Amino acid sequence: MNGPSELDRFLRTDPRDVGCAQAMEMLHIYAELVAAGDPAEQRYPGIAAHLRACGPCGEDFEGLLAAVRGEEH
Amino acid sequence: MLVRIARSEVRQRAPRLRITGPELDDLAYQAAADTLVAISGKLGQFRGESRFTTWAYKFVIFEVSAKIGRHFWRHPSVLFDAEDWDRLPDRFGFDPARQAEWRDLLAALHRAVDEDLTARQRAVFVAIVLNSVPLDTLVIELGTNRNAIYKTLFDARRKLRAALAANGYVGDDLSRSS
Repeated sequence: MNGPSELDRFLRTDPRDVGCAQAMEMLHIYAELVAAGDPAEQRYPGIAAHLRACGPCGEDFEGLLAAVRGEEH
Repeated sequence: MLVRIARSEVRQRAPRLRITGPELDDLAYQAAADTLVAISGKLGQFRGESRFTTWAYKFVIFEVSAKIGRHFWRHPSVLFDAEDWDRLPDRFGFDPARQAEWRDLLAALHRAVDEDLTARQRAVFVAIVLNSVPLDTLVIELGTNRNAIYKTLFDARRKLRAALAANGYVGDDLSRSS
Protein backbone atom coordinates (compact mmCIF):
# COMPACT_ATOMS: atom_id res chain seq x y z
CA MET A 1 0.00 0.00 0.00
CA ASN A 2 1.66 3.28 -1.03
CA GLY A 3 -1.27 5.51 -0.05
CA PRO A 4 0.16 6.90 3.21
CA SER A 5 3.58 7.58 1.70
CA GLU A 6 2.05 9.14 -1.41
CA LEU A 7 -0.18 11.36 0.73
CA ASP A 8 2.80 12.22 2.93
CA ARG A 9 4.85 13.18 -0.14
CA PHE A 10 2.00 15.36 -1.45
CA LEU A 11 1.52 17.20 1.85
CA ARG A 12 5.23 17.72 2.51
CA THR A 13 6.28 21.27 1.58
CA ASP A 14 9.81 22.56 1.23
CA PRO A 15 10.36 26.09 2.57
CA ARG A 16 13.07 26.60 -0.06
CA ASP A 17 10.48 26.16 -2.85
CA VAL A 18 10.64 29.36 -4.92
CA GLY A 19 7.26 28.93 -6.61
CA CYS A 20 6.33 28.84 -10.28
CA ALA A 21 7.12 32.43 -11.23
CA GLN A 22 10.78 32.34 -10.25
CA ALA A 23 11.28 28.80 -11.52
CA MET A 24 9.81 29.71 -14.90
CA GLU A 25 11.94 32.84 -15.06
CA MET A 26 15.14 30.84 -14.49
CA LEU A 27 14.21 27.62 -16.28
CA HIS A 28 16.43 28.15 -19.35
CA ILE A 29 19.48 28.80 -17.16
CA TYR A 30 18.74 25.87 -14.91
CA ALA A 31 18.17 23.51 -17.85
CA GLU A 32 21.50 24.42 -19.43
CA LEU A 33 23.32 23.81 -16.15
CA VAL A 34 21.70 20.38 -15.81
CA ALA A 35 22.42 19.54 -19.45
CA ALA A 36 26.06 20.50 -18.92
CA GLY A 37 26.30 18.29 -15.84
CA ASP A 38 26.88 21.24 -13.53
CA PRO A 39 25.56 21.10 -9.94
CA ALA A 40 22.38 23.03 -10.72
CA GLU A 41 20.56 21.72 -7.64
CA GLN A 42 23.28 22.99 -5.31
CA ARG A 43 23.39 26.34 -7.02
CA TYR A 44 19.63 26.79 -7.16
CA PRO A 45 18.15 24.64 -4.38
CA GLY A 46 14.90 26.60 -4.38
CA ILE A 47 14.31 25.87 -8.04
CA ALA A 48 15.23 22.21 -7.58
CA ALA A 49 12.75 21.99 -4.68
CA HIS A 50 10.06 23.55 -6.80
CA LEU A 51 10.62 21.31 -9.82
CA ARG A 52 10.30 18.26 -7.56
CA ALA A 53 6.98 19.44 -6.15
CA CYS A 54 5.25 21.16 -9.07
CA GLY A 55 4.05 18.78 -11.76
CA PRO A 56 3.52 21.39 -14.51
CA CYS A 57 6.86 23.13 -13.96
CA GLY A 58 8.60 19.78 -13.66
CA GLU A 59 7.10 18.69 -16.96
CA ASP A 60 8.15 21.95 -18.62
CA PHE A 61 11.65 21.47 -17.29
CA GLU A 62 11.86 17.92 -18.67
CA GLY A 63 10.65 19.17 -22.05
CA LEU A 64 13.16 21.99 -22.13
CA LEU A 65 15.97 19.71 -21.02
CA ALA A 66 15.11 17.27 -23.82
CA ALA A 67 15.15 20.14 -26.32
CA VAL A 68 18.53 21.36 -25.10
CA ARG A 69 20.01 17.87 -25.15
CA GLY A 70 18.54 17.23 -28.60
CA GLU A 71 20.29 20.31 -29.90
CA GLU A 72 23.61 19.18 -28.45
CA HIS A 73 23.53 15.85 -30.29
CA MET B 1 13.10 25.18 -35.19
CA LEU B 2 10.23 26.32 -32.95
CA VAL B 3 7.83 24.00 -34.77
CA ARG B 4 10.17 21.06 -34.27
CA ILE B 5 10.35 21.68 -30.51
CA ALA B 6 6.60 22.25 -30.27
CA ARG B 7 5.80 19.05 -32.18
CA SER B 8 8.17 17.04 -30.04
CA GLU B 9 6.65 18.41 -26.84
CA VAL B 10 3.06 17.94 -27.99
CA ARG B 11 3.75 14.35 -28.97
CA GLN B 12 5.45 13.74 -25.64
CA ARG B 13 2.27 14.84 -23.89
CA ALA B 14 -0.14 13.32 -26.44
CA PRO B 15 -1.05 10.23 -24.39
CA ARG B 16 -2.97 12.46 -21.98
CA LEU B 17 -4.79 14.32 -24.76
CA ARG B 18 -7.85 12.98 -26.48
CA ILE B 19 -6.62 14.26 -29.84
CA THR B 20 -4.37 12.65 -32.39
CA GLY B 21 -2.66 13.15 -35.75
CA PRO B 22 -3.51 16.39 -37.57
CA GLU B 23 -5.00 18.02 -34.48
CA LEU B 24 -1.78 17.44 -32.59
CA ASP B 25 0.15 19.05 -35.43
CA ASP B 26 -2.28 21.99 -35.46
CA LEU B 27 -1.71 22.50 -31.75
CA ALA B 28 2.06 22.39 -32.28
CA TYR B 29 1.97 24.84 -35.18
CA GLN B 30 -0.25 27.25 -33.22
CA ALA B 31 2.08 27.05 -30.24
CA ALA B 32 5.11 27.75 -32.44
CA ALA B 33 3.40 30.66 -34.18
CA ASP B 34 2.26 32.23 -30.91
CA THR B 35 5.72 31.74 -29.44
CA LEU B 36 7.28 33.56 -32.36
CA VAL B 37 5.02 36.55 -31.69
CA ALA B 38 5.72 36.39 -27.96
CA ILE B 39 9.47 36.15 -28.42
CA SER B 40 9.45 39.11 -30.82
CA GLY B 41 8.03 41.19 -28.00
CA LYS B 42 10.50 39.88 -25.43
CA LEU B 43 13.78 40.21 -27.32
CA GLY B 44 14.84 43.08 -25.10
CA GLN B 45 14.52 40.77 -22.07
CA PHE B 46 17.13 38.30 -23.33
CA ARG B 47 20.19 38.85 -21.14
CA GLY B 48 22.56 36.27 -22.61
CA GLU B 49 22.45 34.05 -19.51
CA SER B 50 21.91 31.01 -21.72
CA ARG B 51 22.04 30.25 -25.40
CA PHE B 52 19.39 32.19 -27.28
CA THR B 53 17.85 28.96 -28.55
CA THR B 54 17.41 27.62 -25.00
CA TRP B 55 15.71 30.85 -23.98
CA ALA B 56 13.44 30.64 -27.03
CA TYR B 57 12.67 26.95 -26.50
CA LYS B 58 11.46 27.77 -23.00
CA PHE B 59 8.66 29.88 -24.39
CA VAL B 60 7.67 27.16 -26.87
CA ILE B 61 7.36 24.72 -23.98
CA PHE B 62 5.31 27.22 -21.95
CA GLU B 63 3.05 27.83 -24.95
CA VAL B 64 2.47 24.11 -25.43
CA SER B 65 1.57 23.81 -21.73
CA ALA B 66 -0.86 26.71 -21.99
CA LYS B 67 -2.47 25.32 -25.14
CA ILE B 68 -2.92 21.89 -23.57
CA GLY B 69 -4.40 23.54 -20.47
CA ARG B 70 -6.85 25.37 -22.72
CA HIS B 71 -7.68 22.16 -24.54
CA PHE B 72 -8.70 20.50 -21.27
CA TRP B 73 -10.65 23.59 -20.29
CA ARG B 74 -12.67 23.38 -23.52
CA HIS B 75 -13.18 19.63 -23.16
CA PRO B 76 -13.43 19.00 -19.42
CA SER B 77 -13.78 15.37 -18.39
CA VAL B 78 -15.17 16.36 -14.98
CA LEU B 79 -16.83 19.41 -13.49
CA PHE B 80 -14.34 21.68 -11.81
CA ASP B 81 -16.35 21.89 -8.60
CA ALA B 82 -17.66 18.32 -8.48
CA GLU B 83 -16.89 16.70 -5.13
CA ASP B 84 -16.46 12.97 -5.17
CA TRP B 85 -14.48 12.10 -2.08
CA ASP B 86 -14.59 8.45 -3.06
CA ARG B 87 -11.84 9.32 -5.57
CA LEU B 88 -9.41 10.21 -2.83
CA PRO B 89 -8.16 6.71 -1.93
CA ASP B 90 -7.41 5.95 -5.57
CA ARG B 91 -5.80 9.35 -6.05
CA PHE B 92 -3.15 8.49 -3.48
CA GLY B 93 -2.98 4.78 -4.20
CA PHE B 94 -4.61 3.48 -1.02
CA ASP B 95 -5.33 -0.23 -1.18
CA PRO B 96 -9.11 -0.84 -0.94
CA ALA B 97 -8.45 -4.18 0.73
CA ARG B 98 -6.79 -2.37 3.65
CA GLN B 99 -9.46 0.27 4.13
CA ALA B 100 -9.56 -0.33 7.87
CA GLU B 101 -5.99 1.00 8.08
CA TRP B 102 -6.58 4.28 6.25
CA ARG B 103 -10.25 5.10 6.74
CA ASP B 104 -9.60 7.31 9.79
CA LEU B 105 -6.66 9.08 8.09
CA LEU B 106 -8.72 10.08 5.07
CA ALA B 107 -11.67 11.06 7.25
CA ALA B 108 -9.31 13.35 9.16
CA LEU B 109 -8.01 14.77 5.88
CA HIS B 110 -11.57 15.43 4.70
CA ARG B 111 -12.33 17.14 7.99
CA ALA B 112 -9.21 19.30 7.75
CA VAL B 113 -10.09 20.31 4.19
CA ASP B 114 -13.52 21.40 5.40
CA GLU B 115 -12.44 23.10 8.62
CA ASP B 116 -8.92 24.45 8.10
CA LEU B 117 -8.75 25.66 4.51
CA THR B 118 -10.04 28.95 3.17
CA ALA B 119 -12.76 28.77 0.52
CA ARG B 120 -10.17 29.44 -2.19
CA GLN B 121 -7.75 26.81 -0.88
CA ARG B 122 -10.57 24.30 -0.62
CA ALA B 123 -11.74 24.98 -4.19
CA VAL B 124 -8.21 24.54 -5.55
CA PHE B 125 -7.70 21.35 -3.53
CA VAL B 126 -10.99 19.88 -4.76
CA ALA B 127 -10.29 20.75 -8.40
CA ILE B 128 -6.71 19.52 -8.54
CA VAL B 129 -6.66 16.67 -6.04
CA LEU B 130 -10.18 15.25 -6.16
CA ASN B 131 -11.05 16.07 -9.76
CA SER B 132 -7.57 15.83 -11.31
CA VAL B 133 -8.07 19.11 -13.14
CA PRO B 134 -4.69 20.05 -14.70
CA LEU B 135 -3.19 23.06 -12.94
CA ASP B 136 -2.86 24.99 -16.21
CA THR B 137 -6.55 24.36 -16.90
CA LEU B 138 -7.54 25.67 -13.48
CA VAL B 139 -5.47 28.77 -14.24
CA ILE B 140 -7.80 29.51 -17.17
CA GLU B 141 -10.96 28.61 -15.26
CA LEU B 142 -10.09 30.95 -12.38
CA GLY B 143 -8.54 33.66 -14.56
CA THR B 144 -5.25 33.68 -12.67
CA ASN B 145 -1.71 32.38 -13.17
CA ARG B 146 0.23 29.22 -12.40
CA ASN B 147 2.14 30.79 -9.53
CA ALA B 148 -1.01 31.91 -7.73
CA ILE B 149 -2.64 28.49 -7.97
CA TYR B 150 0.54 26.75 -6.88
CA LYS B 151 0.92 29.09 -3.90
CA THR B 152 -2.70 28.50 -2.87
CA LEU B 153 -2.20 24.73 -3.02
CA PHE B 154 1.18 25.02 -1.29
CA ASP B 155 -0.42 26.81 1.65
CA ALA B 156 -3.27 24.29 1.69
CA ARG B 157 -0.82 21.37 1.78
CA ARG B 158 1.04 22.93 4.69
CA LYS B 159 -2.17 23.51 6.65
CA LEU B 160 -3.44 19.99 6.02
CA ARG B 161 -0.16 18.45 7.07
CA ALA B 162 -0.16 20.50 10.26
CA ALA B 163 -3.74 19.44 11.01
CA LEU B 164 -2.96 15.76 10.46
CA ALA B 165 0.24 16.02 12.48
CA ALA B 166 -1.59 17.70 15.36
CA ASN B 167 -3.86 14.69 15.53
CA GLY B 168 -1.05 12.17 15.22
CA TYR B 169 -1.84 10.93 11.71
CA VAL B 170 1.49 11.95 10.15
CA GLY B 171 4.88 12.98 11.48
CA ASP B 172 5.56 16.67 11.88
CA ASP B 173 7.13 18.43 8.90
CA LEU B 174 10.65 19.00 10.18
CA SER B 175 11.56 21.05 7.12
CA ARG B 176 9.38 23.88 8.38
CA SER B 177 11.78 24.57 11.18
CA SER B 178 14.90 24.51 9.01
